[in-house]
Amino acid sequence: MSFLNAILVGLKEIWAHKFRSVLTMLGIVLGVSSLVAMSAMVQGMENGMKEALVAIGGLQKMRVEAQSVPVEQRHMKDFATGVTLRDVQALLASAPEVEIVSPEMRLESSPTLAANGKTHRTFMTAGCWPVQLEMVEHRVEHGRMFNELDNEQARDVCVIGTGIRDELFGKPEETGEEIIPIGRQMSVNGYPLTIIGMFERYEGEQERRQRELEQEENAARRAAGPAGAASGPKRSRGWGGGSGRRGNWAFWIKNNTVYMPLNTMWLKFKSGQTNLPPEPRLSNMEIRIRDVDKIDLALNQIRNVLMVNHRGIEDFSFRTQEDWADQIQTAVKNARLSGGFIAAISLFVGGIGIMNIMLASISERIREIGIRKAVGAGGLDIFVQILVESMVIAVVGGAFGLVASKAVIWLISEVTPTDNAPIMTIGAMGFAFGFSVLVGVVAGLFPALKAARMNVIQSLRYD
Amino acid sequence: MALLELRNISKIYHLGGEEIRALDDISLDIEAGEFVSIIGPSGSGKSTLMHILGCLDSPSLGSIKLDGTEIGKASQRELAQIRNRKIGFVFQFFNLLPKLNVVQNVELPMIYSGVGGRERRARSVKSLELVELGHRLRNRPNQLSGGQQQRVAIARALVNDPRIILADEPTGNLDTHTGEVILALFRRLSEEGRTVILVTHNPEIAAVTPRKIEIRNGKVATKVDEKLAGLDRQPTPVSTPVS
Ligand SMILES: Nc1ncnc2c1ncn2[C@@H]1O[C@H](COP(=O)(O)OP(=O)(O)OP(=O)(O)O)[C@@H](O)[C@H]1O
Ligand SMILES: [Mg+2]
Repeated sequence: MSFLNAILVGLKEIWAHKFRSVLTMLGIVLGVSSLVAMSAMVQGMENGMKEALVAIGGLQKMRVEAQSVPVEQRHMKDFATGVTLRDVQALLASAPEVEIVSPEMRLESSPTLAANGKTHRTFMTAGCWPVQLEMVEHRVEHGRMFNELDNEQARDVCVIGTGIRDELFGKPEETGEEIIPIGRQMSVNGYPLTIIGMFERYEGEQERRQRELEQEENAARRAAGPAGAASGPKRSRGWGGGSGRRGNWAFWIKNNTVYMPLNTMWLKFKSGQTNLPPEPRLSNMEIRIRDVDKIDLALNQIRNVLMVNHRGIEDFSFRTQEDWADQIQTAVKNARLSGGFIAAISLFVGGIGIMNIMLASISERIREIGIRKAVGAGGLDIFVQILVESMVIAVVGGAFGLVASKAVIWLISEVTPTDNAPIMTIGAMGFAFGFSVLVGVVAGLFPALKAARMNVIQSLRYD
Repeated sequence: MALLELRNISKIYHLGGEEIRALDDISLDIEAGEFVSIIGPSGSGKSTLMHILGCLDSPSLGSIKLDGTEIGKASQRELAQIRNRKIGFVFQFFNLLPKLNVVQNVELPMIYSGVGGRERRARSVKSLELVELGHRLRNRPNQLSGGQQQRVAIARALVNDPRIILADEPTGNLDTHTGEVILALFRRLSEEGRTVILVTHNPEIAAVTPRKIEIRNGKVATKVDEKLAGLDRQPTPVSTPVS
């Protein structure tokens, strides 16, 4: 019997028992759709995380932070200098694998910003060098970044992110036009600075689309008049979603940054503190290395230079993004494994359903199998026929499952909205479909074997 | 060389330690073109013998040659092929597939011998016309009378043009008149040169066949029971037109 013929016979058999077949297929439909939906959600989550990783600078970046002297070195505590500008210069001079070093001096506790008659407490207010721009991949869209001269002379200038602008001067979505506060005054903890630049707005793909949509809606609403007021607060969830409408937290932090020249920070904000050490203590410094592949070599160089500079006192620590990247990988892997496992189980249960129905089907058809064999069907013909029938159920179920997965994803994102929109990949769909076919084959194997082995005479006598 | 050569054929069943010899050391030859009836009391082993002749079953002991090739030890697959190409089997209970219509039932053997769709249809129709059922192609078996169903079964047995036709009580479930119609069909097949072997309880049918083999207790009886073989009556020439 030709394969095509076997498929035809299989389809007829399934059509002859419509209700039963549909019920059996349902198991496969659910299994496939949950597998695809699960993978789409993990994919969405992974994309969100990767965007965040890129936003904070990738693997080439590492950070040296001041740390309290370890216990075994307590006796040398008084010699501990902390991370200083001397370290920055030493690294630039003596560690060839280091490309950029960017010192950062932050204001502790969240400082109060005031401008335009409004106040706002923020947390990312730091003094730095112009090179910081390159380091954390900021782009100034309006005005300019402060330069070496601004730093040298400790000028009272600052560059802000759009988030700060939104808080103090108003969001473009609400005011209807984008306010560019270049040249305006803003006070930090009461000390006035002039805003000379503003970064571009950082956001993920998903956020941008959402914002653009909202902007259009707002414009339409304004055109329609004041009647259509915004309806209640919105909720959003998801990995990296933070809270409220902030979107991915990595972007949110970048948007809420205030930078001023390092010297301004040191002289105008830190000099009031008592016991100021002879050198400006940095909160941390960020380092970018030339080559990710030589990360170990670079780490060694940095370590050696710093150890010499610190006279062997380990009052600093490294933090690389590798840990972060690893965490992302692990989180994604875990989600994929546990989700995949559960979905695979439901597909497996679907397979058991198929096997069950195929066994019922062959014991209903013992006589038919006997007749087919009596007129010349070999064991292989019967085997193929039963196997094809079970595969047809699985294939049709799998195909419907792919369609249903779209509905499942839609349902899930309706019930629990997330900022990481699920992404259906062809690969995941192919895998789920292939897996369902495999389940069909495996489920059909035993019934097919059983049918193929039936004795002709006994089957013919069976009633 | 005979078409079918059976030598010391035994079929032994074991039921809970008890040994049942359904066939006990049977040897016989059947020549090509013979018209044979197999008679004997119920339970004597006629069907068992037919199943072995028809390659539906294998003997426990002994050798059976079809066309000079030993098939007693053939594999299931080889037996299936022989059934398909060389033997047409007609059962007492027709054994048609109720889900398929008449043509589809007749097409069945050709599906397994790899005949293409168009030729399959043409040959089935021809075969059905031979049994005068060319007008009932689309009917389901349960829409036909018993005699018609048996004719469909015969059409199916003929469709691959086999040399041997085996029938196990083909008229056992039919009334006398219909039985005669079926018998006439077998006679015609025999006249065409096919080897036809019938199992029957009906002395009138046995009387028609030139050769009678009686089975008793799994053995070939040396002397045929005259009454059972219909030798006590005149062989009435079956001339009833097929209807
Ligand atoms: N599968 C089996 N297991 C055990 N014994 C069997 C089996 N098949 C047949 N027999 C026995 O073999 C013997 C011959 O059976 P068979 O069916 O060949 O008889 P028969 O001559 O065709 O009878 P009838 O005229 O009633 O059809 C019987 O005694 C029967 O019980
Ligand atoms: Mg019998």
